[in-house]
Amino acid sequence: MIGFRLFRTLAFRIALAYLGIFAISTSALVAFTYWNSKRALDAETDQTIDAEMAGLTEQYERLGLGGLVDVLNGRSIHSNQSLYILIGPRGHELAGNLDAWPQTTKAGGGYVQFDYERRVGPNLERHPARGLTLKLMGGFQLLVARDVHERYETERLFTTTLPWSVALMLLLGLIGGAVMSRNLINRLDTINNTSREIMAGDLSRRVPRNRSGDEFDALAQNLNQMLDRIERLMKGMREVTDSVAHDLRTPLNRLRNRIEGTLKHLPPDGAEAAQIEAAVAETDRLIATFNALLLIAEAEAGVAGNAMSRLDLSAIARDIWELYAPVAEEKGVALEIAPGGVVEVDGNGNLLSQALANLVDNAIKYTPSGGSVTIAVSPTPQGAVLSVSDTGPGIPEEDRARVVERFVRLEASRNSPGTGLGLSLVAAVAQLHNARLELSDNAPGLKAEIVFGRTN
Amino acid sequence: MRMLVVEDDVEAQRYLVNGLREAGHVVDDAGDGEIGLTLALSRPYDVAVIDRMLPKLDGLQLVQEMREHGNATPVLFLSALSEVDDRVKGLKAGGDDYLTKPYAFVELLARIDALMRRRHPSAVKTRLQVGDLELDLLTRAARRGATSIELQPREFRLLEYLMRHAGQVVTRTMLLESVWEYHFDPQTNVIDVHISRLRAKIDKGFDVPLLHTVRGAGYMIRAKA
Repeated sequence: MIGFRLFRTLAFRIALAYLGIFAISTSALVAFTYWNSKRALDAETDQTIDAEMAGLTEQYERLGLGGLVDVLNGRSIHSNQSLYILIGPRGHELAGNLDAWPQTTKAGGGYVQFDYERRVGPNLERHPARGLTLKLMGGFQLLVARDVHERYETERLFTTTLPWSVALMLLLGLIGGAVMSRNLINRLDTINNTSREIMAGDLSRRVPRNRSGDEFDALAQNLNQMLDRIERLMKGMREVTDSVAHDLRTPLNRLRNRIEGTLKHLPPDGAEAAQIEAAVAETDRLIATFNALLLIAEAEAGVAGNAMSRLDLSAIARDIWELYAPVAEEKGVALEIAPGGVVEVDGNGNLLSQALANLVDNAIKYTPSGGSVTIAVSPTPQGAVLSVSDTGPGIPEEDRARVVERFVRLEASRNSPGTGLGLSLVAAVAQLHNARLELSDNAPGLKAEIVFGRTN
Repeated sequence: MRMLVVEDDVEAQRYLVNGLREAGHVVDDAGDGEIGLTLALSRPYDVAVIDRMLPKLDGLQLVQEMREHGNATPVLFLSALSEVDDRVKGLKAGGDDYLTKPYAFVELLARIDALMRRRHPSAVKTRLQVGDLELDLLTRAARRGATSIELQPREFRLLEYLMRHAGQVVTRTMLLESVWEYHFDPQTNVIDVHISRLRAKIDKGFDVPLLHTVRGAGYMIRAKA
């Protein structure tokens, strides 16, 4: 699912990291700009207030109260942002453009803040102001202030738009990051998918290239060259196995034909005929061993000639059960199959049948009369398990690794018929199917399991 | 019957040709694919036995060309390549059967017989009969004389195959391939056990045994001993 996968990819995380850094830097920059501008504006306002106050104070010292009132009146007419008020000891207004001494709050640095009403066009608006107060002799008080409405508006603009801008930037960044990540993922996916197909057996596939010269393209090119080499090697190996097969089988064929040919010239029930037939049987055993060895070698090499398809393990198990049921019954061994539904895996039907047949054959062979052998197929989260358990003597733990090797026969069974290759073949077939052969104690007896894993 | 053998290994060819002639067939032989193709297209044969690996023109291509020319002679491939895949390739190229080396000669004979019979198929049968043994293919019922015989589905198929090849040797490998659809060699004689069960059901208690063992070859079902 592309949604959740996206968040786990490196591409997206890198995009997120960049976005984070970018967002932080930009916010810091904007915040700094804002703070700086604010400071500058504040400084400007305060300077103006200070200058006004200084000027008025000078006028008062030179011209006294009367002069101050005149100056104030003069300034009041021309001012727009400047605000003045001079009140007497009893609080009545003497001069200025404010109606009354406002309610002030301290604003730090000796300044005060207050709100006042101002006529703007047809409306009466409430504006903030900032100013200085001065106590004069005789209980008079002077207030000089500046309307800071615009400044506050500007400040409000910053503080409201800044978070929205950052949010918008993050959103756009996320979308952009997701789009770019998707792009990267798609390119990586083509490489991954091709690889999987190749691993599943199709060695002729190659990673598609867009010839853009970027890193992915270079990677694709290198992978393709590697695959060319592997394909050549595998073809070479396959040719070797085929010619080994042909070169060894031809003389075996001739040998068998010759031996069998002599039978025609002998009386069919005589001693010589019996000997020759025994020789033919030995030759057949030799041929069987050779075939098994070749099959094991090919299965171990994972030669891609073994076609895989989706099949039902339960069906294979049932068929083998049915094939060997009479053999088991003949020996007095109960051959059972555990009930179950369809269990699908990717595999080679013929090889799996042979492997299971080997296991069942062994189980019946080594279980004494009166015992039982059970075949079971069960699904697992990783794939499936195919098991054959018996109530025979089992295999001692220290021998379990050895028996899977070629030609190993345990002491106990040295005299019974068998090539010693059965389990090697099962192990090789398991490996070919990305499965493992596990031997364990069935208490009593042997439990042989082919554990399929990593099925997609 | 007229046969064509195309095999490049001199000894193997001699063995094959002699064996087939002794079995009563008229045999033409070729040592490479080109001569083989020429012969195949110029004379009528009942069966052609063709080795897969041939000089000049390999077995697969040879058969493909035969089919492209409209030649429908049944072909039995001989090959040292034993993978199921190779078998499939052989059949896809137009072959009718596939035998891997080394093989038993009786196996070869049995399969050739089967191919020839296939060449002249009789009308679709609904009943098979050998002696007084009857198999009804529609009702899936078996009876011998007046006695009805209980058969499991697999036993029925086994008997059906034997009866369809009545009078011919049927090898264990043929049975394994046709009745169980397996292409491997089970270690023990699994087939023998199935046969003896079948024999117990259809022959025991009756006068005339129908299911015979052919030593060194396989089995045959036949009315006359």
